[in-house]
Amino acid sequence: MRIGTLKESYIADAALFDSRTQKVWLAIAAALLLLFPFMASDYWLYLACLVSINVASATGLNILTGYTGLVSLGQAAFMGLGAYTVAILQINVGSPFLLNILAGGFVAMLGGLIVGIPSLRVKGLYLAIATIAASFIAHFLFANLKFTGGTGGLALPPASLFGLVLDTSFRLYWVIVPVTVLMLLGAANLFRTRVGRAFIAIRDRDISAEVLGIPLLRYKLLSFGLSSFYAGVAGGLWAYFFRVVTPESFPLLMSIFFLAAIIVGGMGTILGGILGAVFMTMVPELLKLVFDLLPNSTSLTVYLSPVRTIIFGLLIIGFLVFEPHGLAEVWRRIRRFFHLWPFRN
Amino acid sequence: MDWAYLFEISLTGLAGGGLYALAALAFVMVYKATRVVNIAIGEMLMIGAYLFFTFASMLALPLWLAIPAAVLGTGLLGAVIERTMIRPLLGEPPISVFMVTVGLASVLVGLVEVIWTADQRRLPEFMPNQAIMIGDAFLAPKVFWGALIAVVFIAAVLLVFRFWRGGVALRATASDQAAAYSMGINVPRVFSLAWVVSAMLAALSGIIVGSIGGISSSMGVFGLSVLVVVIVGGLDSVLGALVGGLCIGLVEALAGAYLGGEYKLLATFIVLVAILMVRPYGLFGTHEIERL
Repeated sequence: MRIGTLKESYIADAALFDSRTQKVWLAIAAALLLLFPFMASDYWLYLACLVSINVASATGLNILTGYTGLVSLGQAAFMGLGAYTVAILQINVGSPFLLNILAGGFVAMLGGLIVGIPSLRVKGLYLAIATIAASFIAHFLFANLKFTGGTGGLALPPASLFGLVLDTSFRLYWVIVPVTVLMLLGAANLFRTRVGRAFIAIRDRDISAEVLGIPLLRYKLLSFGLSSFYAGVAGGLWAYFFRVVTPESFPLLMSIFFLAAIIVGGMGTILGGILGAVFMTMVPELLKLVFDLLPNSTSLTVYLSPVRTIIFGLLIIGFLVFEPHGLAEVWRRIRRFFHLWPFRN
Repeated sequence: MDWAYLFEISLTGLAGGGLYALAALAFVMVYKATRVVNIAIGEMLMIGAYLFFTFASMLALPLWLAIPAAVLGTGLLGAVIERTMIRPLLGEPPISVFMVTVGLASVLVGLVEVIWTADQRRLPEFMPNQAIMIGDAFLAPKVFWGALIAVVFIAAVLLVFRFWRGGVALRATASDQAAAYSMGINVPRVFSLAWVVSAMLAALSGIIVGSIGGISSSMGVFGLSVLVVVIVGGLDSVLGALVGGLCIGLVEALAGAYLGGEYKLLATFIVLVAILMVRPYGLFGTHEIERL
């Protein structure tokens, strides 16, 4: 609980950014995001783009799993839907870049609505398994339909915006990061509205929510739709970033990665989705750096991938056992420490 | 329509289903007692197979020693998992515990790759090699003997859990935890027991599956089919695990034979979705009544 903040109106109480400290820090963060591409090397720009895409998708999953309480292991499949839509539009129609990404989002949303239909009857882990089924069916379709290029997948030309070809990480950064920030703002604002609060009510107790007059099917479907829209847009960006889309690009492991990211970050907070996605994307890279520092590292490289797998698992287990509210809670604790310092710590 | 071929395929499918049933039994045991969806069942099966590989091929122990050693070793692992990862999460929401087992699966895969590398290995042959003919139908010997062993062990487990005190305690805990506690049953120990037995069953089916198809670090995929089996049968139903196992085995074999290998998983997942739409709690699962 934050002290020393007096609210005089409901609007002030519901404001997204409520204190001056917060606004200052946000301004600093925005400035850093703007300056980052001019200071960082190509490798770090590449990572920044990847992190940004993952943040968008993880936030989408957070809407569904963290805020509505519907566990999904199909996020990667929805990303795949978005990526394939973008690739097909770009290759066959050649429509503008941002339009393609929007279309990817909407196609994924449609897929999400279809997958969401069982969610009224099927609950909890049964639903999680049903979404695994959906992701396998999607994988099968990607690999076997005529226009998806089979197992070889599709290769697409770089996007262009206002005549500028977006073929480097530096140029893509200026598209991917703003889109992600926009989607984050959208998600944060969603939970100040009637719809977002309905989601939270469903998460806390769906039968009670229905008694309160929230139509369950409509809102659960809406949550599925929104979440897959986020995944679709992220998938679209992914397609332009890697420029090759294959059925193997979106494995079940990727869905698990996103679920792990929101658990590690903290379910049901926007900040949690961001921190989790950043953390989980950076850990394997940091591991690689650590491996490079070790003596006779070339002989150890065979162990890099298994060690990454182990660390990935240990992070999930460790956070669930020791820090179930995730990094967002750690962040909050740090903030509280400085806020109350030096009176209580 | 070639009836003899259909018969042959169905037999193979049912035999494969027997293996699913054994692994599904391991899964259901943990779920019934502790309400934990153990998605790492495929990886525990893999650990069992690799331990057997270590004892039988690398240390060259005789079979009668290698198999029990592998099974006991995996049982020990089950106990360790229960004590260190599952017990601390008692009372947490089911999704948390589910995700812990997801993490566990990842850790186990990584460990196998570090210790035994990711290469495909072959287990030593221990099943009779003669072709099995049932009527005119041919059945691969390994599949036949594997299914037979699975059926024997399923029967044994069912009998043991019907009459042994520990089995009664487990069933009592499954039907009502609080009542079991107040009757003097040591519920935490029942939890450990369920995990140990489940891990041992998984190891056993891992040894069979591994000796049919070889072992590798991606063997955990078998667990995905097992997951489908238990969802189709109903998470907390032993009967469901058996019937579901046979059904999925049959569906997989038929889809593989008539549509092609890539349709196997697709067919099982379509069956899964269809059954979930009609019966959200699986064929024989308990329909939980929610109260506010």
